[in-house]
Formats: sequence, C-alpha cells, structure tokens
Amino acid sequence: MSFSTTLTINGVTRTIALDDPRVTLLDLLRERLDLTGTKKGCDRGQCGACTVIVDGRRINSCLALAISHDGADVLTIEGVAQGGKLHPVQEAFIAHDGLQCGYCTPGQIMSAIGLIDEGQAGDDPERVREAMSGNLCRCGAYQGITQAVLDAQRAHDAARRKEVA
Amino acid sequence: MKSFDYVRPSTVREAVAAATAPGAAYLAAGTNLLDLMKGGVTRPDRLVDITHLPGLDRIEALADGGVRIGALVRNADLAHEHDFARRFPAVAEALLSGASAQLRNAATVGGNLLQRTRCAYFYDPASACNKRNPGSGCDARGGDNRLHAVMGWSESCIATHPSDFCVPLVALDAVVEVEGKAGRREIPLEMLHRLPGDTPQRESVLEHGEMIVAVRLPAEAARFAAHARYLKVRERTSYAFAVVSAAADTTANA
Repeated sequence: MSFSTTLTINGVTRTIALDDPRVTLLDLLRERLDLTGTKKGCDRGQCGACTVIVDGRRINSCLALAISHDGADVLTIEGVAQGGKLHPVQEAFIAHDGLQCGYCTPGQIMSAIGLIDEGQAGDDPERVREAMSGNLCRCGAYQGITQAVLDAQRAHDAARRKEVA
Repeated sequence: MKSFDYVRPSTVREAVAAATAPGAAYLAAGTNLLDLMKGGVTRPDRLVDITHLPGLDRIEALADGGVRIGALVRNADLAHEHDFARRFPAVAEALLSGASAQLRNAATVGGNLLQRTRCAYFYDPASACNKRNPGSGCDARGGDNRLHAVMGWSESCIATHPSDFCVPLVALDAVVEVEGKAGRREIPLEMLHRLPGDTPQRESVLEHGEMIVAVRLPAEAARFAAHARYLKVRERTSYAFAVVSAAADTTANA
C-alpha cells in the first residue's frame, strides 16, 4: 500500500510519496529530504534533539508520524536564517556559548524559538529552564543556553516595543 | 516497529467502525503510542488516525456553567486557555507540571487519559509484566519501584497511571463522553480506570473500539477556583513523572 503526505517545509510545499506509514516526521526530514539539521538523539521523545515547529508549535518530530501530519506547515533549523542572516536566537546561542559539541543545538534553537513565540516564560531564568527542560545537552552547556534564551527573549521584546511605537 | 495498516476516517462513526477490528488502535498525537510501538511493547495491526476528525478540538463553555473539552484539544492549549485556567486552576497547573513543552504541545486530552503506565518493567519486553504479558509475573515488585503505587496495587501489578491531569479531574467530578458501536455514553472519570486486581492488562472500562470524544467539568467545579492547587513531588523540578501528587480544591465558609 502506498500513501502520500503534503507538507510545507520551510515555506516550500511538496507532496511526498510514502511506501510505509511508519515513517516519522524526523526520518522523513533526515533520510528522505536530506534535511539533516534536525537531529536524532533518543528517538523516543526524551531528549528534544529532533524539535521542529509544526503549525507554529514546537514538537518532537521523532514521535510524529509523517503521514498523520498531512497538510502541516513545518519549520526546521534549515529555515530559520533569512538570506544568510542568522535568526536572533542563533545569534544569541553564539554570543553566549550556548553549545559545545553542537549536536543538541538545532533542537535547542527550535525549542527556544517556539518558547519565545509561546510568550509564557518572559525573562525569568527559572521559567526559561523549565520551559527548555525537554531539551537535553550532554555537554552541559545549560548556563549558556539559558543566557542565550533570555537574551533572545529581551531582543524580541525590544523589537516588539519598537514595532508598537 | 511492527508494520501496521493506516486508516484516516473522516467521521467519529467511521473511526469507531475502523477501530472495532481486532488489533486496531486509535492514533491521536502518538506521543505515548509511538514510543510504545518503537519499543515493541504495543504492536497494533491497524492505526486509526483521529487527528483529522473535525470538531473534537474545541473548548466549549456550557450553558449550565460547565465546560466541555474536546478529546483532541492539546494539553498546552487547554492549560493556557485564559478562562479555563482562571476557573480550574488546579487542572491547568497539573497539565503544566507534566512532560515537556514539546510533548504538551502535541499530546491530546483524550490521549492523556488513556496513556499507559511508565513502569520500566512494562516498557522492557525482557522483564516479567502481567500487564504486558498476562500471567508472566511482575518484576517491579522486587525491583526499582520507587515511583510505583502506594494505594490500589495488587499482587499482580503495582504500576500507576502516570497522568497529572487526571488527578484534579477526579477531584472535580469530571465526566468522560465516549462513542462506541452502541452509541454515546458517559462515564464519571473516577470510574474510567480500573484497579489492576488480577487483570492488570485491562486498564479502563472502555470496550475495544470505544473512543473518548470529550471531557466535561461541571459548573460546581469552578466554585473552588480561589483555593485550588495541584502539588507534585518528583525527583527533579521539571520533566519527570510524580513520585506522588495530590490535587486539593476547597471552599471556605466565612
């Protein structure tokens, strides 16, 4: 039996034939579409390395069936920089050394982008740590990650205020 | 993961018909089911994808003051719905204490109610587990069982239901609306889950193929809004299942 799923990935809509309904969104991105920026860590929803934004919400792509997400809009790490200019969250991770080996970083950045969009944590470090707890970093760069997210949140808020003014 | 047949019904009635087949299971977000399937703990022959069904993702204020929560409402959406969080703060607090932000963004209300235990021996196909393989024994009883049941356990099984959400829902007399072959019925949430007894493999009173379509909270549940908390003790401050938890909803007579 063959199936197909239509996804808009980083702004490009495509219909993808699937020979097997077991393909996760993560495996579709990495193995079939060569979008290997999204990482596979635990593959069981525990580490957050596979975090992508689907219809505006950060989720674990390892626990999502590609076929079930027919019609979805997906943003991956490959789609966040604009015309060679890094996303402000990417800039903040570099500025604050929010990484060491870098393997968890795409998931951390996608999660941070989702967190800032959700607007729930504000500039409270404890709430940021809680809201980022679905992303593990085996190098232990948490201090830098938290600072980067707080910094990106402040930059986001400042830009908002400018827009309003 | 074992191969399965994938079907995507367009109505609840079609979904129930498709899920009544032996070996069929409902797929909502899949945050628990796909994990179980990857581990070979659950091996459905057919997945009935209900995520595209219309009308099940609404939070409705009822005329009598109660609230009706569609089965496909995402945990994060319910917790952050302004009116809901204001009227039922312990429920919102419980939802936000569970899992990670990514999982709360995906996981549904119905799926939360029907998630499986996180007993490590249930998850490990090499361990004896009466829930996974009836009659095989229970390795949790002599094993690492710090997170297991304090009350309600049996000789066969000491696993807990891991939901935070269910705890305040039981305290507030929530009712579950269920659709099955014979039509719709309502079950008080407190009656939905079964104690393990001698048949820990039977976790709820739902018949095979029955589907949760909504959860309702009565108007009276909002009376406790000013004095309601969900307290969860766990081994780290975030992204962990409860060692023990409690919901307390009180009113004070002046």
